[in-house]
Amino acid sequence: MKTGFTDPVLDAQAGFRALMQAMARPGRVQQVIPPPELPAGLEAAAAATILTLADAETPLWTDAGEEARAWITFHTGAPLVAEPASAMLLLNTGATMPALATLHAGEDETPQDGATLIRQVTGLAEGSGWRLTGPGIEREHHLAVMGVPGDFPAQWRANAARFPRGVDVVLCAGGRLAALPRSVALREGG
Amino acid sequence: MTASAHMQAPDTDPGYNFAYLDEATKRMIRRTLLKAIAIPGHQIPFGAREMPLPYGWGTGGIQVTASILGPDDTLKVIDQGADDTTNAVSIRRFFHRVAGVRTTTRTAEATIIQTRHRIPERPLTEGQVMVFQVPMPEPLFKLEPRLAETRRLHALGDYSLAQVKLYEDIARQGEGGSSYSHPVMVNHRYLMSPSPIPGFDNPKLHMSPALMLFGAGREKKIYAVPPYTSVVSLDFDDHPFRPVRAPHACAACGSTTSYLDEIVTDDRGGRMFVCSDTDHCAENQMARKAAE
Amino acid sequence: MYVAVKGGDAAIAAAHAWLAEQRRGDTALPELSAAQVAEQLGLAVDRVMAEGSCHDRELAALAIKQARGDLIEAAFLLRAYRNTLTRFPAAEPVDTGAMRVRRRISATYKDMPGGQVLGPTFDYTHRLLDFALLAEGEAPTPPEESEATGAPMPRVSDILAQEGLMRREPPGDDAPPPDLTRDPLPFPAPRALRLQSLARGDEGFLLGLGYSTQRGYGNAHPFVAELRMGEVEVLITPPELGFPISLGEITVTECQMVNQFAGQADTPPQFTRGYGLSLGHSERKAMAMALVDRALMARDLGEEVTAPAQDHEFVLLHADNVEATGFVEHLKLPHHVDFQSELEKLRSIRARWEAARNGVAEAAE
Ligand SMILES: [Zn+2]
Repeated sequence: MKTGFTDPVLDAQAGFRALMQAMARPGRVQQVIPPPELPAGLEAAAAATILTLADAETPLWTDAGEEARAWITFHTGAPLVAEPASAMLLLNTGATMPALATLHAGEDETPQDGATLIRQVTGLAEGSGWRLTGPGIEREHHLAVMGVPGDFPAQWRANAARFPRGVDVVLCAGGRLAALPRSVALREGG
Repeated sequence: MTASAHMQAPDTDPGYNFAYLDEATKRMIRRTLLKAIAIPGHQIPFGAREMPLPYGWGTGGIQVTASILGPDDTLKVIDQGADDTTNAVSIRRFFHRVAGVRTTTRTAEATIIQTRHRIPERPLTEGQVMVFQVPMPEPLFKLEPRLAETRRLHALGDYSLAQVKLYEDIARQGEGGSSYSHPVMVNHRYLMSPSPIPGFDNPKLHMSPALMLFGAGREKKIYAVPPYTSVVSLDFDDHPFRPVRAPHACAACGSTTSYLDEIVTDDRGGRMFVCSDTDHCAENQMARKAAE
Repeated sequence: MYVAVKGGDAAIAAAHAWLAEQRRGDTALPELSAAQVAEQLGLAVDRVMAEGSCHDRELAALAIKQARGDLIEAAFLLRAYRNTLTRFPAAEPVDTGAMRVRRRISATYKDMPGGQVLGPTFDYTHRLLDFALLAEGEAPTPPEESEATGAPMPRVSDILAQEGLMRREPPGDDAPPPDLTRDPLPFPAPRALRLQSLARGDEGFLLGLGYSTQRGYGNAHPFVAELRMGEVEVLITPPELGFPISLGEITVTECQMVNQFAGQADTPPQFTRGYGLSLGHSERKAMAMALVDRALMARDLGEEVTAPAQDHEFVLLHADNVEATGFVEHLKLPHHVDFQSELEKLRSIRARWEAARNGVAEAAE
């Protein structure tokens, strides 16, 4: 079994601060402290996010391979669920992404129950791509994301339209991550 | 206490986990914080723990700080704007002991500022996080004490109760609103208690570069205002919200813009006004000395 | 310069030293040991264990000693300690039917299997100060061997249930019980969480609420079916073993109150149960809890909710004395920033009021 964080207390704290910054400043790319070993199919940022957030209280769905699944269970104790709709955390590493509309979005009185989708992508770059506005953004941020479905912006618009219900997304590429809280508005190009 | 006081970081108390809380509790609070940031101004129930300090002394703020704090942070704790009020001293000591973290009294040096009742005068920066201690997170509690009902009103975005109350205040008193804890609309969606800060501080929440986190321990709620988020004090167009300070200059630094404490100097009506923000006052005094 | 509530570090250290001195009192007198507190102030220890949610007589006694006899402060100390303990699996439900009974009374039957056992009670004492206790008296003579030993003592509520007159409790499931100390309380609150909240609730608050249900605030017609106190075994089933093992015995007090219930279209008229269970020997607490538990069932039973004791939020959010004392007492922390804004506001409203009054006076001239 591959190891988890070198220092489970302080590395989780650092991982959380990266996530907190990412969620508070949508479109700004953050760096994580990579776990020293990674199971096949998982990159550093996605792995660190899972180690930071998942535990026995978080039903987790993933399409990652057998080694990654065993690694998650061993290090976090998170119960793995088969249906994306019943997950609180989703770790998505494959080519297809579960449709945002099918994930748990919380209820009107409890929108915080909306799921968090952690999507491993192939590239993240600030300064170009999607134009993001909303809480956490002074004027606008630009974020280019490689490796999400072409209809992601349309899915995102539908997600944002049901605010405060909705799904939050963490995009991970290598050892870097950026977040899209449901409050952010996304427009394609320029 | 001088403005440059840096306390030595001792080794962390070996009897406790880093920052006191166990890792499962921190994870639960961290997940709650992320959702709070994603839904600005929405109160989220969390499994607040029984802390070794009394409810009402800042157990919510302490749990939030403990969950975000790391060894690279520099922590400032204020109560009533001051670093050396007894409760601020007590909380700073707590984190010094259980996290061995660097502490400061200087707003400019702090990465995390835990506060009760004030927002510092010095403009905050992107590198800073404010943690507010919150006694009553529900902005509607004086109008509707039932949580099941206020939860429903927040879901509907129905804040007519608060608007009617404000209207009645204006009709009766000529001006509206609470002088402190005056409710704010966050991101045009949720009505939120800014915690019992004076109305004077409300405008500092609007489009702040810093992240604002709010923890209520006894009421078991967490909420947040992300940076650069619209925060508007509840008011009417013809009676705009008016932040108020005592109309005097600080007796120590001469500031005519800072929020002032009124100090009774004798029993014959003697009064003196000094900055509530002790770091800000010390900075002003130093600048004045340097200019002389 | 005069500055209020500042110079905190030195002030706190001095206050703590003074507190320690006051706690010890006159050093010419021998120091009280925690063991003496546990043995001779046993009911105070029981109350602190109940409200501190932690069954440990020695630690509760220590907390009482450290808190100078302030029982709410002692419960707070015990709870803060409890929160740092590692959690093991939930225990099996304790079987109070198998209790080693020291006291057992029923107000609903003159006699029943196992009989009435008066046990160690104040009930029939005359409340006359016993000046002999001022002098250090001799050890009291032990009572004669209790008549209760050996005989089985079925719970009175089970006897009623056999006749079909007792409302059946909905069956439990195998899910682990919810834990009030880990998750926030939802409203309306399920009964398991209500009972947890009441079990650690303030005895005085519950006493007042229970009393109010007897005086018409809520529709109560209670009978004490049974009040029993004694030792029960605590069992856990470690997953790796798969069978229960005993952790030892604890003392509990259980009260079952029966109330008449008019029934509904699909439910025959029957008795309903108000349930009280408290750590240690705490009869007043267990009885008040049973009254309030029954009052809180109003909503589930389709009864009209009219009284404070029937209101989930009112009862459960105000029953916890550690929360209550914290929020009431926090008012002594400095609030001068808010008070300052209140002062400025009052001055402004006052000036407007006076201007308006003068305007009226001038207009009248
Ligand atoms: Zn000043």
